[in-house]
This record gives sequence, structure tokens and C-alpha cells, in this order.
Amino acid sequence: MTAGTGGIDFARQLARQPLAVWLLALTAAVLFSATTEDLLPWAHKYPRDWVLPIRFAITDFMKWLINDATFGLFTFKEMTRSVSWLLDWPLTAATSLLSTGLMRGQGSDAVQLTPPLAWLAVLGVLAAMGHYARDWKLAALVGGCFLYLAMFGQWDSAMITLSSIVVAVPIGIVLGLLLGVLAYRSRWFGLAIRPVLDLMQTVPIFAYLVPILFLFGFGPVAAMTATIIYAMPPMVRVTMLALRQVADEIVDFGRMVGCTRRQMTWKVLVPSAMPSLMVGVNQVIMLSLNMVIIASMIGAGGLGFDVLSSLRRLQIGAGLEAGIAIVVLAIALDRLSQAFATRSQQMHHERPGNWVLRHPWLSFALAWTAVTGLVGLFLAPVQTYPEALQITTGSFWAELVKYINVNFFDVLEGIKNFFLLNLMIPFKRFLLDIPWVMVVGLVTLAGWRLGGRTLALLTFTLSMFIAVTGQWEKAMVTIYLCGTSVLIASLIGIPIGIAAAQNRRVGRVVQVVIDTLQTLPSFVYLMPVVMLFRVGDFAAMIAVVAYALAPAIRYTAHGVRQIDPNLVEAGVAAGCTRRQVLWKIKLPLALPEIMLGINQTIMLALSMLVITALVGTRDLGQEVYIALTKADTGRGIVAGLSVAFIAIVADRLIAAGSGRMRSRLGLGQEAGAR
Amino acid sequence: MFDRMKTAAIGGVAAVSLALSATAFADVESKDPIKLTLHDWTGQLLTTKIMGEVLKKAGYNIEYVQADYIAQFAGLESGDLHIAMEMWETTGKQSMDASLATGKTIDLGETGMDAKEEWWYPMYMKEKCPGLPDWTALNRCAEAFATAETAPKGRYLGGPVTWAGFDEERVEALDLNYEVVHAGTDAALFAELESAYQRKAPILLWVYAPHWAVAKFEGEWVEFPEYTDTCYEDPKWGINPDMAYDCGKPFGWIKKVGWKAGEKKWPGAYKAVRNFHIENPEMSQLIVEVDLDGKDLDGVVAAWMDRNKSRWQGWIKN
Repeated sequence: MTAGTGGIDFARQLARQPLAVWLLALTAAVLFSATTEDLLPWAHKYPRDWVLPIRFAITDFMKWLINDATFGLFTFKEMTRSVSWLLDWPLTAATSLLSTGLMRGQGSDAVQLTPPLAWLAVLGVLAAMGHYARDWKLAALVGGCFLYLAMFGQWDSAMITLSSIVVAVPIGIVLGLLLGVLAYRSRWFGLAIRPVLDLMQTVPIFAYLVPILFLFGFGPVAAMTATIIYAMPPMVRVTMLALRQVADEIVDFGRMVGCTRRQMTWKVLVPSAMPSLMVGVNQVIMLSLNMVIIASMIGAGGLGFDVLSSLRRLQIGAGLEAGIAIVVLAIALDRLSQAFATRSQQMHHERPGNWVLRHPWLSFALAWTAVTGLVGLFLAPVQTYPEALQITTGSFWAELVKYINVNFFDVLEGIKNFFLLNLMIPFKRFLLDIPWVMVVGLVTLAGWRLGGRTLALLTFTLSMFIAVTGQWEKAMVTIYLCGTSVLIASLIGIPIGIAAAQNRRVGRVVQVVIDTLQTLPSFVYLMPVVMLFRVGDFAAMIAVVAYALAPAIRYTAHGVRQIDPNLVEAGVAAGCTRRQVLWKIKLPLALPEIMLGINQTIMLALSMLVITALVGTRDLGQEVYIALTKADTGRGIVAGLSVAFIAIVADRLIAAGSGRMRSRLGLGQEAGAR
Repeated sequence: MFDRMKTAAIGGVAAVSLALSATAFADVESKDPIKLTLHDWTGQLLTTKIMGEVLKKAGYNIEYVQADYIAQFAGLESGDLHIAMEMWETTGKQSMDASLATGKTIDLGETGMDAKEEWWYPMYMKEKCPGLPDWTALNRCAEAFATAETAPKGRYLGGPVTWAGFDEERVEALDLNYEVVHAGTDAALFAELESAYQRKAPILLWVYAPHWAVAKFEGEWVEFPEYTDTCYEDPKWGINPDMAYDCGKPFGWIKKVGWKAGEKKWPGAYKAVRNFHIENPEMSQLIVEVDLDGKDLDGVVAAWMDRNKSRWQGWIKN
């Protein structure tokens, strides 16, 4: 009963909004679409003749950029090529150290001068870093992660991946920090960079892969460039936010002691924002590891390549082992960076004594590397993990999938058909049937109601772009697939998030699960999903839900946890039942965070589209993928921009909506979404 | 102990043969590395590694670069990449023609392998659909191939949209009672085949060879009216007078492609690449050794090199 009254209250709250406008608009929409099919066919289906040749213009522009663009002294391509020549240096250094050893010469003529770091050396140094940053527990965790790589025979590939990560991550961090500082110091730059960041995060990587290959050449450097483009934006955003949040007292203090502008930035602002900045560092690491699979498609090799090629042979176990190696790397690097962040906050005292005593960890690392390197020259197992001791799950996973497949396929088929026939297919039909003019109108109206004229103009322009480039139907299929997935992810994720917030043990388990879901390459579970659910929208939806679930859980849990305990106590004191506390106090107060979580769920769902194209969807993701395989730059970028625009419209509308909700709940404004 | 002796012996042999090869083919035109592209299917890895090892024997400097099958043309045109060993007529002709038209890449001839692709079914479906492999049996048993989503039509799982040729058109031209569903990738395609095969469930899909699946799963290709060029071009041809595509799919060549300027830089190497020749049965055998028997790819290549010494020496002879 209480839940019922809660629902009624909620409805009443909604009714206070100017719902009438919406009802009117919707009725008009329904009437319009029902009556004008024959009268105004152009309003229902965007006429082919009206499509603007934007994609050809983009293709021509890219051709010009690659072949003819020049700065006078040198061409654009020469510039990008010299950047890639520069980037090649640190990458070669890292690869020599971790993977190939120091080489002289090129190609198969190259001679190995020194072997790479022994596996025991890498493991020992990283464990020492763990101990330095926190304690023995972290050292054991990091050491364990790298031991996994050695024991499961992933070492060689993992070191190739790691060498590109250790170069890409610092570059991403430094560039992101510099751009962030610039955006903080210059207002116009801050305004100008925002839309660029949005595009960097939402345009699918496949869309700009071909131009990158043209400009930066083939191989690991191009892959690394793509990784940096994809992984840098959060660092810029976090830097802007973190600098703005530095306490006024600290800034005043800096002024009082007479800092110059440069000193102010680097000696006062950046150090005091360090803990927040580390959040950005963490994101750069995670996103770089997310890119491993795609990077391997354009020449990065390493673990990503292993995942792809095992799954092509349907060796599910081998694919999973390589996939987990990526997760393990992510966890080790993430926990290390977090530990360094908390350590940098503490005060440290100089240790007395000579250099070795003052730098015990560094001395250990150096000594250990030297010893293992020397011993490794004579004792092979020290240099490379012996093959005889490697283990594998073998065919266990393939057998498991087979068992489920043979015994439970009919059950799964039943569930799938239920969802398809009752939810997905009707929703798809609906979206494909409504006239495009109405959708553009409704989106514009939503923009106007929630954010005024500027937002209305933005949502109108972006949705019109999709129409005039002739992508309307594919965009609707995209919205259908993402919409269903986001709905299901929210239905699963929000309750789990609430449970995780109310029970610590549940919370800890959930944390591990969502970390894994976010870093395990989706390709690894995509193939078993296809085996159990066949190629099609349902398989794609499951993959999207699995990937996009994490933010729904994470933000909900965060929102419920951070509610002022006094408010909850007041509720209990006023005689609320547990259920009433949840429905009437916790949920409404956590609503803005939950909305933000849904926003992020949408973003992740959209970013999965390109992957789901690999199981045969017919949406914008597929369009981008086709363009990639045909090396059609314009087509890819136009489709990629359409995906980005859907994301931006959703983001702005939700941000505006949750901003209004915040102010109504008296929570104060917090800087936009993300 | 014996192991060590063996290693020493092998090392000695290697040193001698290295010395021999060094004297025999010492003066290659350029010691800059020739970059061969690797894709993500076993057959291509095998042909590329075999070619690479042969060129190494001839004294050339070789580098393997991983690159996407189609995206690699960008690199072949700019000279970032040099040789691509497998370009299939059935899947890559369009991109290859476009690239050749730029004048920056060059056709290095056929590999000797044929790409075979067609509608395919596992053998157990013959019981449920007597009359196969003849295509006219398909309409009689559309129900047997149907799923809940496609019923009463049969379900045909086609290849990736970018690869498969004209299946929707074929269905219409031959008036087949089937719905075409596209798999996004080759991996998804064979994942579904594996799943159906485990359950002995009905499935009709696009399969190509050389590929490990043909060796692992027992089945047959549907026999459509035989392909001719006129069938695809002239609607009047064939049983449907109003539509083209009323026939099966063409067999296709698999060609080698290279960066054009490379021919001047390494004429001997390009000649060897042109001479490369291997046929379907032999390649299928190698693919099975790697994909199904789980042998190490480099080991399989090395064994092939030992067995076929006179053959590859012929490729690099001046």
C-alpha cells in the first residue's frame, strides 16, 4: 500500500510540471502522423532527393588535407608524419625494454643487443611500486596480476600492450592537463574546447580510423594516436573542474606571497588539485585499455590481437584468457595509480642516511633488475617464464557454453522471443513509423522547455543534421537498440545500485563485477552470446546492456550513499517505514545522481554500437563499420557525427532536466553532466 | 644432454645454410625491410609467413605489420606497407580496383587458390530436407529452416554486409521463401554454426573456403544454377527472365597486391611474390593443422619450408 501512495505522490509531483504542453504536443503528433501520410509524404519519410552531399564534401576535404594541404614550408601530412616519427621514439624505447629487447637494424635483419627485462624483474619492480605506494597487500595484488599473465602464457602479448599503454597514458595525461589548464585560464578556449571534447568521446573511433592511418602511417604509432584521442578527454574535463574547485583560501594565499601566473598554476593550483586530478589519470588508464581491441585492428598487436584471433577460431577459452589479461592489467595499473594518489596527499619525511637508505624502493628495483637480468643470461626460467609451467583453462569454457547450448537453448530461445515480440519489435516499428518532422519537433520542444532558446536551437540543428544527411532510418534503429538497452540496464542497474549502497558486502562484490564488465573486451562475451541467442538485435542488446550497466549501478549507489544522514534520521523519527524511507526520502534525493547514471549509460550504450555492428545490426554503428571496411572517409564521419549528435542531444536534455530537478529539491547547482 | 647436442647440431646446420644462402643470394637490391601485412585469419597468416620466410632465404629484410584487410590499401598506396598476400575477388575486388586506379598499387597476380563461397548446410539437414543439395529443394523445406522470427519463411544467415554478394537479390530472383539475416563478422557467423551443429539444429548459412569450418563441420554447398558473368549482368539470362542474379555465386581468385614503387626497389622480391603459388587442398591442410590440431603457426610454416625446398627455391631463382 505504501508503495502505492508513494507512486501517487510521485505522480502529483510530476503533475506540477507543465505537463499540459506535452500532452498537447503528443496529441498533435499522433493526429499528425495518422492523417497526413498521403498528404505530406515528405514529412513521414525524408525524401532521398533532399539529402545533402555532405559526406562527399568531407571525403574531398580529407583528400585535400592528406594530399595538398600545406603550411608553406611543409605539408599537413609531413607535419603529422613527423609527429608520428616523434612518438615512435618513446614507443620503441618502451618496446625494447619490455618486449623485444634492444635491437639494432630493422625488420628481420635486426640483431638483439640486450634481452628485454626479465619477467621476474618486471613483476618484482611493479610489486615494489605497490609496496611503496601503499602496503604489502597492494604489492601482492599487483604481483598476483602479473603472475597471472606469466602463468597463463599471456606475457609476451601483455608486454606489447603494456609498452604502448605506458607511452600513451603519460602523453594523454600531460596533453589533457595542459589543455585543461589552458581552458581554465582562458574563458574562450574553455568554451571552444567543450564541443570538441564531446565529439572526441562520442564519435565512434572506427569513423576516424582511416584518416588517422593516412596521416600517421600504419602500425603501432597510429594505433597509439587513436588511443590518445579517445582516452584524453576525461583528463581535460577533470582538470578544468578540479582547478575550479581549489579552495579560495589557497588561491588568496598564493596571491599574498606574490606568485606569478605561472607559479600560481604549477606550484599552487595543480598541486592542491592533485587528488581530483588522479581521477582523470585513472580514467585515462581505463579508456586506454578499452581501446586495446580496436588498436590491434590497425597494427598494435598484443593482447587485443590474441582476443580477436582466438575468437575467430571460436576458441572461447583462449579468448577469455587473453581478455582477462587485459582486465588484470587494468586492475593492476588502476589500483597502483589510486594508491599513488592517496600517498601524494600524505606528508613525507626525508629519510636519513646514504642514497640507498634514502631510496630503499628505487634501490631495490634497480638491484633486482640487474640481478635478474644477469642471472637470466644463464638461467632461462628467470628471463622467460618456463613454458612447461604454463597453465590454461583449455576447453573448459567452450565445453560450458556447449553444455548450456545443448541443454538450455529452448529456454533461452523462449526468453528471447518474449522480449523480441513484446518489447523490441513493437518499439522498433513505432520509431520507424513516426514522421521525422514530428521527432525533430518534439526534440526541439523538449530543448525549449528544459533549457530555453539556446538548447532548442542546438537540439533542432543536431537532429536536422541526421535528417539532411539521409541517416534518419538508421538513426531510429540506433535509438531503438540503445533505448531498449538503456531501459533494461536501468531496470537491472538501479536496484542493484540501491542494494550496493545499503549493504557493504554486496557493494564490494558489485564493485569487482562492474570493474570487470567495463574492462573485459566485449568481444569476449559477444561470441558466446551469439551462440546462445543467434545473430541479431537481441544478442546485440545483451552485449550493450552488459557494458552499459556499470554507470547505472555506480551512480545510483553513489547517489544513495551521499544522502545527508540527518534527512534519513528525520524520516525515521517521523515514523517512516523502511520502504517509505527508500521511496520518499532516499530515491527522490538521489534522483539527480541516478539521472546522471542514466546519462552515462546512454553514452556507453552508444559507444558500444560499433562493436554490436560486428554481430549484424543495421544501425549507424553498422554504417560506420561499412565505411571503415570500404575506407570511405566521408561516409564514416557523417555516420559517426550522427551517433555523436544523438549522444549530445540526450546528454544536454538530461543535464538540463536534472539541473532543474536539483534546484527544485534545493540541492544547489552542480557543474553539468560528467 | 641430448637436447643440447641437438640444439648445437641444428645451430650448426643453420649457420651453414645461412652462410650458403648468404653467398648464393647476397646482393639483394635493398636491405630496407619489406613490409608484409598480416590480417586476422589463419590462411592469410600462413601465406604471408611462407612468403616472408622465402624472401628471408633470398636475403631480403622482412617485417610483418598487422593491418586491416581493407584499410591496408591506404598504407599500400603511400608506401607504408608493401605486400598484401591475399585479396579475395569475392570480398575485396571493389576496394582493390579503386586502389589500382590510383596507380600507386600494383596487381601481383593470382595465388593459385580459389575462393569458393555459397549457401551451405550441415549434412544432417539432408534428412530433414531431402532433395538437397539442389536449390529447388530449398522452398519445399523453408519451414525446416525457419525460426520464430522468420516463420513461415526460412532463415538464411548471410555474411557480413560488406562481404556477401547479392543474397537479397538472389532470394528475389529465384523466388526463394527465405529471409536473409546478416552476420556482422565471420566470427559471429561461425559461432552460430558451431552452436547449431552442437544441437544438430537446422541452419543454412554462407560459408567460404579455404576455411577451417569446412574441415571441422560436415556439410555441403547448395547447388544453384551455375554462375556466369551474363547471369549477373543480363536479366534475361536464366530461369527468371526479368531479373539478374538468378544463379549461384562465382568462384573467385585470390590475388597478391603490392606498393607499385616497390617493384623498382626490390625487383627480385616482387618477382618472387609473383611466382608464389599454392592451391586449395594444400592450404586447407595447413589451416587444419593450425586451427584444429592446435599446432604453432610458425612451426607449421617451418615444416612446410623444409618439405618444399625445391619449390620455393624456384620462386626466388633469377
